[in-house]
Amino acid sequence: MTLAGPYGARTRRALTPYVLIAPTVLLLVGFLLVPLGSVGYYALQHRVVNEPYDDAFVGLDNFSRMLGDQQFWHSLVFSAKWVAAEVGLQLLLGLVLALIVNETFVGRAVARALVFSPWAVSGVLTTGIWLLLYNPATGVFHQLSEFGLGDPATSVLGDPDTVFPAVVVAELWRGVPFFAILILADLQSVPKDLYEAASIDGAGRVRSFLHVTLPHLRDAIVLATLLRAVWEFNNVDLLYTLTNGGPAGATTGLPLYVAQLARKSYDFGYGSALTTAAFVLLLFCSVLYLRLSRFEGRGEGVQR
Amino acid sequence: MSADATRLPAVHRPAARSSRGAAARAGAGRALRLFLPLGLYLLFTLVPFYWMLLFALRPAGSTALVPWPVTFEHFDTVWNGMGFRTYFTNSVLIAALTLVSVTFFALMGGYALARFAFRGRRAFMLALLCTQFVPGAMMLIPLFNVFQLLHLIDTRWSLVVAETVFQLPLAMILMSGFVKNVPVELEESAMVDGCGRLRAFLAVVLPLLRPGIVAVGSFAFIGSWNNFLFALMFLNDPELQTVPVGLQTTIGENTVDFGALAAGGVVAAVPVVLVFAFVQKYLVQGMSAGAVKG
Repeated sequence: MTLAGPYGARTRRALTPYVLIAPTVLLLVGFLLVPLGSVGYYALQHRVVNEPYDDAFVGLDNFSRMLGDQQFWHSLVFSAKWVAAEVGLQLLLGLVLALIVNETFVGRAVARALVFSPWAVSGVLTTGIWLLLYNPATGVFHQLSEFGLGDPATSVLGDPDTVFPAVVVAELWRGVPFFAILILADLQSVPKDLYEAASIDGAGRVRSFLHVTLPHLRDAIVLATLLRAVWEFNNVDLLYTLTNGGPAGATTGLPLYVAQLARKSYDFGYGSALTTAAFVLLLFCSVLYLRLSRFEGRGEGVQR
Repeated sequence: MSADATRLPAVHRPAARSSRGAAARAGAGRALRLFLPLGLYLLFTLVPFYWMLLFALRPAGSTALVPWPVTFEHFDTVWNGMGFRTYFTNSVLIAALTLVSVTFFALMGGYALARFAFRGRRAFMLALLCTQFVPGAMMLIPLFNVFQLLHLIDTRWSLVVAETVFQLPLAMILMSGFVKNVPVELEESAMVDGCGRLRAFLAVVLPLLRPGIVAVGSFAFIGSWNNFLFALMFLNDPELQTVPVGLQTTIGENTVDFGALAAGGVVAAVPVVLVFAFVQKYLVQGMSAGAVKG
């Protein structure tokens, strides 16, 4: 710290920002950094809560158990598929949606409020709604079959072949607005004269989108996809309540697997090892992604 | 779309993109390009909401596609019979406290990030972003241990603290974007006029930050209202439980009471969806402040 100038006022000014961020730093250290450190510690222990007499240091045993754990590999593959499908489709639909509601038309404000509204809905509520929709006896597929469309007894959540698209669609329903909002916000900051310059150069709608809009959105898209990928990887609520990882483990991602270990078998040691692995994996993939996408992180600075 | 682009003379295009000229020339192409996808997407968004309302408002066993006559029996069931009155109160309490603490700390930190060039600022900013990689669901175990140590398990405070910690980093970055949007000259002139920094902040900056406070506060409220796993893990006493956990009990293993499930869903949805409909424009504003890129 550069402080302790000869004048009280200057010292105070130098200290002010630290005083302002101090509560946050304390909260983050106490409830994020310390717990995270303890995960690293427990990962090296045998620790099952209801068998305290067995607690012991076991070195890397938990990690070697992980490498031989079929369920771990299955959950990792599911998580990768889940993140790829969700982030890819949410980005695509969110981009289209943002471009649409960025146009000027009557009722735009209402349209925005309506298409963004699922963003506010929780994972459990999404589950409730889509259970009603997917239910073979009362859902939309049943309704459609009454109109002569499709098979009446379709149980999309019970069939290992259809369960993946079914959960992906449910999560899309509440996930697309996130991208739409973020991209819309950035669309509004594209300088209008860039479009004029592009059209004077003879660029059509498609080309000015490719050469003006997309490059401008680039950093926002990189950051949004990254944050969303991490978020969707860690997302447990929906899958926990909608399928509870089933049928037969077909929708169990890594975080759900860990949450089930914590809730059911209270195996904190092994759960911590899995958490550590997931955290390291996420961090590694994120850094790799930022490198590959040459994220510039514009906008650093006090005054803009 | 591409055919459209080659047909129109290039010079007209900036007007078409930006404003009213487009509305005037609205034709079949525009309807196809704009309103067809918008209509389809609205259908995808609204049918699920309608389906929930349908089940919540029509009598059990009915298969009518319009909930008429309306019945409130399912609301009576969940509100009085299934404890949603208690869950609702708990959720409001916890979300309100989270709102206050997140907004307060985000204002402090966001102001520091926006107005001071201090040593460690970059590192702090980086740390805030890094918190987003911490798997919340996987922190259940270690957080449980910390809360147990502090005797916070089975108290509402555990949820307030956990929610604040996980929401604060992004809230602070968002808030600093809003603060940056307030011209620093306004504050400086107030300070030249003899105000201290705190008074200049309270009198000049704070009123102009209203959109930011509304946005950050609402999102803290919504996030806390929707949280499920923390409540499931940190609370055992049913008297303390929150709406999402209550909703999960209506889902159960082999639910047959779709009316109760839907009515519980409406109770869970109404506060946040209404709040969100009003504040989403502030979020769009805040994000365009370049906050997320900071």
